[in-house]
Amino acid sequence: MNLALKDIRHNLSRFSLTALGIGMLLMVVMGMGGIYQGLIQEATLLVDNIGADLWIVQHGTRGPFAEISRIPRNIEDRLQALSGIAGARSFVTFAVQREYNNNPLRMQVQGLSWPEDKGQWLPVVAGRNLGAAHFEMIADQILGLQLGDEVPLGKNHYKVVGITKGMTSMSGDGLAFFSLLDALEIQYDYSGEAIRLERQARQSRLTRQDIGWTQPSLVERAGLPSSKLPALPNPYVSAVLVRLAPGASIESVVAKLSGWADVTAFTRREQDELLLRGVVDRARRQLGLFKALLIVISAIIMALILYTLTLEKIHDIAMLKLIGARNTVILALILEQALLLGFLGFVFAFYAGKWVFPMFPRKVVINNDDLLSLAAIVLLISVLSAGLGIWKAMKVEPNEVLS
Amino acid sequence: MTVDSPAIRAINLSKIYGSGQAEVVAMKDVSFTMSNGEVVALLGPSGAGKSTLLTIVGLVNSPTSGKLIIGEDLITDGPIPKVNLRSYRRRFIGYVLQKANLIPFLNAVENVQLALEINDISGKGAKLRAMQLLESLDVGHRADNLPHMLSGGEQQRVAVARALANRPRLVLADEPTAALDSVRGRQVMQLFRDVAHKYGTTVLVTTHDHRSLDIFDRILEMEDGRLKDENSGNILKAV
Ligand SMILES: Nc1ncnc2c1ncn2[C@@H]1O[C@H](COP(=O)(O)OP(=O)(O)O)[C@@H](O)[C@H]1O
Ligand SMILES: [Mg+2]
Repeated sequence: MNLALKDIRHNLSRFSLTALGIGMLLMVVMGMGGIYQGLIQEATLLVDNIGADLWIVQHGTRGPFAEISRIPRNIEDRLQALSGIAGARSFVTFAVQREYNNNPLRMQVQGLSWPEDKGQWLPVVAGRNLGAAHFEMIADQILGLQLGDEVPLGKNHYKVVGITKGMTSMSGDGLAFFSLLDALEIQYDYSGEAIRLERQARQSRLTRQDIGWTQPSLVERAGLPSSKLPALPNPYVSAVLVRLAPGASIESVVAKLSGWADVTAFTRREQDELLLRGVVDRARRQLGLFKALLIVISAIIMALILYTLTLEKIHDIAMLKLIGARNTVILALILEQALLLGFLGFVFAFYAGKWVFPMFPRKVVINNDDLLSLAAIVLLISVLSAGLGIWKAMKVEPNEVLS
Repeated sequence: MTVDSPAIRAINLSKIYGSGQAEVVAMKDVSFTMSNGEVVALLGPSGAGKSTLLTIVGLVNSPTSGKLIIGEDLITDGPIPKVNLRSYRRRFIGYVLQKANLIPFLNAVENVQLALEINDISGKGAKLRAMQLLESLDVGHRADNLPHMLSGGEQQRVAVARALANRPRLVLADEPTAALDSVRGRQVMQLFRDVAHKYGTTVLVTTHDHRSLDIFDRILEMEDGRLKDENSGNILKAV
């Protein structure tokens, strides 16, 4: 005869409600862990997927995610010439926040080095990769754009040709992929008035210097649109991504690059580290602490519940002792209920979470390791919190039945 | 077991509750013996110390001084027990208290079965025995009901069945018939006597109900924590 189950059956609705409450609490714990994992996944998503062995950034910076990094695009060509390197492509990333159909549209613009990179590595769930050098974009579904939408950015409209799934920036915004040139165009989009003022400033700067007096034609040239000016500086990009040749040793390439005074190279692992230890570190630690706090709270609540359940039965427990029941009978009664409560709560948390978490605005990743460790924690909490009730039950004297 | 050898021997049992100002002498120098198969009534006014004596003999209360011997075993010498009391209670003693004290989440037959399971008797045999006991007490038809669905009298009869389940050597009953009408009360007392005479069980019952006293083999009387001379008890029995 299982006393624990008989008691539960007798108080079924209340026990179920309690299990439900504990389940919800555990769901929050699970969710907190999921948000933590989601944060890590979002932070390292691009680095893990873009398929770069080395990240070349502005010298001395930890770019491009941790801080601003600007390097001239022609680093690409210098890198291509280095032995052990199979390919180099520019990387441009920045956030824009605009309006589309009267809704705020916040996205992380990502430049793809057309034509080598058409976005083949992207998890496209609808539509296709980039098919032209200009005016096309691939958007993540979280942005809410539809295939065929034409999004105005700067002076152009960009047509959505592909939709990805799960491509988000480390701040949870959806990624939008453009050709590199389009991305630069969006980034350096100035209004007509700004350009006019800049032209005027250029001219007046020239007329204040002797070069302007001696070469009046130069002043005239300076008044032309920027595109008509001979390009002196290189366009700047955030980083250059390097793919190693098969069999090439990463150490030797890094060693060679360490001699370059204008750039710094990071391996993929180092880039991941920079993101996790730096960029999302505080958020990560905050979530971790919050999760720990929730676990402690769950343990306290469960202990109180089990203590109350035991107090309610204290008279029956005294009676059991009076008729000579062994301590194991009483122990099993409390412990089995604690374990069942923990188990049911966990199962509820799992299924409810499965249903609820996908509706969250940011990624919630429940992985098996987390589930296993939470299961172990719930087991531990159940046993420990039963301890308080068991301690009370053991102290009861059989003659308390008589009072 | 012979009826003559003493089943229980109490030697100078005393019980003092509390200390100092709040000291209550509930029992003073109580000595008596009971034989196997003997059914004894314990009479006395409220506060006389009957329950105290019963709980000490029932091993749920310890005497301040004095000895208690059950069968051959010295159970307690003063407040220090000499045996594992709980194991002793489990194997040798059945209780019927003023209130039935059934486990509220077990039905009638399960309450009786529980007493058997605690003694490692489980399965079909246990259930059968529990049912038989309930039927012999006229509550067989209530076997599947939870205690709160039973009347006070029915609950008390289930409690009696539970007390007898393990064929204990000693049955202790503290005003067991308080919740029963006189017919049922008498029935329970008669059942105690039948069991005692059939199995050699020693039965000690405190009661206020003087109408059933003819059922008992012997009557003890208590007042102010002392046992009265047994002769005065015999006079009562003659009444
Ligand atoms: N746990 C206790 N603490 C203090 N005094 C008690 C306790 N139990 C009983 N008493 C006192 O001991 C005396 C005897 O009580 P009891 O044995 O219950 O008598 P009865 O059962 O004959 O009515 C009474 O004065 C009672 O107040
Ligand atoms: Mg009493």
